[in-house]
Amino acid sequence: MNKVLCIMIAVALLMLLSALTFGSLAGLEYAFPGQLRQFIGFETLRPLHVSSALFWILIAASACVLWSLNELRPNRLSKELTIVQLVLWIVALCGVFYSYFSGRFGGREYWEFDPVWAGPIALAWLIMLINFVLAVRKWRHWPVYVWMWMTGMVFFLFIFAENQLWQLPYFKDKLISDMTIQWKVNGSIVGAWNQLLYGTAFYLMDRMDGKGKVGSSNMAFVMYFLGLFNLMFNWGHHVYTLPTAPYVRYIGYLVSMTEWVFFVRILYKWKSSWVEAKEHYNHFSYRFLLASNLWVFLNMGQAILMSIPAINLYTHGTHITVAHAMGTTIGINTMILLAACFEFLPMAYQSGVERKKWPKIMFHVGQVALLVFWLSLNLAGYLKGVWQMSEQQSSFRIMMQQLQIYFDVFASAGIVLFIVLGMMAIWLIKLWLKFYKNQNGIKKSIERKLV
Amino acid sequence: MVFYCLCAGFILYTYKLWTHEEKPSFVSPQLIADGKLVWQKHNCQSCHQFYGLGGYLGPDLTNEFERWDNNAQVIEAFIRSGNNRMPSYNLTQDEMKALLGFLEAMNTTGNADPRHFAIRKDGMIE
Repeated sequence: MNKVLCIMIAVALLMLLSALTFGSLAGLEYAFPGQLRQFIGFETLRPLHVSSALFWILIAASACVLWSLNELRPNRLSKELTIVQLVLWIVALCGVFYSYFSGRFGGREYWEFDPVWAGPIALAWLIMLINFVLAVRKWRHWPVYVWMWMTGMVFFLFIFAENQLWQLPYFKDKLISDMTIQWKVNGSIVGAWNQLLYGTAFYLMDRMDGKGKVGSSNMAFVMYFLGLFNLMFNWGHHVYTLPTAPYVRYIGYLVSMTEWVFFVRILYKWKSSWVEAKEHYNHFSYRFLLASNLWVFLNMGQAILMSIPAINLYTHGTHITVAHAMGTTIGINTMILLAACFEFLPMAYQSGVERKKWPKIMFHVGQVALLVFWLSLNLAGYLKGVWQMSEQQSSFRIMMQQLQIYFDVFASAGIVLFIVLGMMAIWLIKLWLKFYKNQNGIKKSIERKLV
Repeated sequence: MVFYCLCAGFILYTYKLWTHEEKPSFVSPQLIADGKLVWQKHNCQSCHQFYGLGGYLGPDLTNEFERWDNNAQVIEAFIRSGNNRMPSYNLTQDEMKALLGFLEAMNTTGNADPRHFAIRKDGMIE
């Protein structure tokens, strides 16, 4: 079983490398338009980057959840189903990349590939859900992370199917209703995969702590239900300016404001988190979890402000939204997944990692680069927001020229992120493939050490 | 129990959105559907937005039709020639007609300029 999951993690890490490569190229093409067009245009680079990043998150999250389940409920997952899931993902990836490189778009934003390739993705997800049911049946009193994984899987499947509704004649010729559904999907689907990721983060904390308290506390369940409530209803803040039914706007605003509870809780727990951080700081994978907490704080603060319609008027349609999307996918999702990719490696490999100096340096350089990247996008977005609300508006071209300096900084910080995260991804792929090859030997040596 | 209540609420909300009726456009439904496919086939959303939703390399196109005094020929010429930021697109006559019809229909759905909203004291906009 572990061998299949090793390959799945390696495939996910390859997607991370792909996202970084195409992201850097797209960033350069954005800052200096037309420079790469004779080879590959922005309209191809952007979906290549976005889809690779989505697949990194989805495949890595799937592998981490299955890995965790295999630890919690040994020998219950079906190896055959996991192999079929992996094969379906590989088929989908080949199809999606073929679709982009041959210019056969046809999907919608974030899912621009030929919609036929949504089939294997949905099927892979369904198989994972069946595997999950096999693993957790007859298990009473699930810890919160198991609830989160179940929620993430079920809702992803439903929302992913909803994302294909536009192909039906009933929805095809509608403009505003269809856009409302599209952004309901885009908002909720992020909530669905966040359930998988935050569930994994909870499990990792329990695993590192060794006490198993995190996953069964009442507060964890309160937070879970609040997260689920937001997954279902808070997406309305994406479409405040859309002339859709007014109740969408009100529900979106009211539900989004419940995120203050998460935010206040982070502030309230700041001191105890600091003590905990000191305790685990030498553990390399913990640093990624710590970084993800800091990024949750920054991005959640930003998201709450953006969810206030009066402020949203200034931020909507600007690079502040890009900063938020990138800040969450890199700062939160990628950090949790990298923590899991390190943590699930056997101790023999982890101690090898912790002895080296360069990964720690890389980690800090990456965080600084991400902060610069995030700030430059926010500043560009702020200026665009002022432009779009000003009465004396200059032309779009002049406004973009005025933002050039921020795009230069954003592209440069992106290159640094490409190098740092790329090196970590390559290094992790090597470790996981080494683990794949030496699994039996490692198992014996660990057993010997334990004896 | 909480889980089932939330799920029921979500299903009802989703149903309401799926069945929401919108004002029919004067552009033929077939042309809108075809135009939407042309928009997606050429991945225009990578750079352009409708109501601020999309990519940010190019401008928002919700009311582009109106901006050129409903002169479809100007937009067609721009799509065919491109500029230093946008590549040229050699669309067929049918594709161009559908895309222009789609843009024309989109223009009639509302005003995408955020300046036309009034801000209320509770932070809501209208």
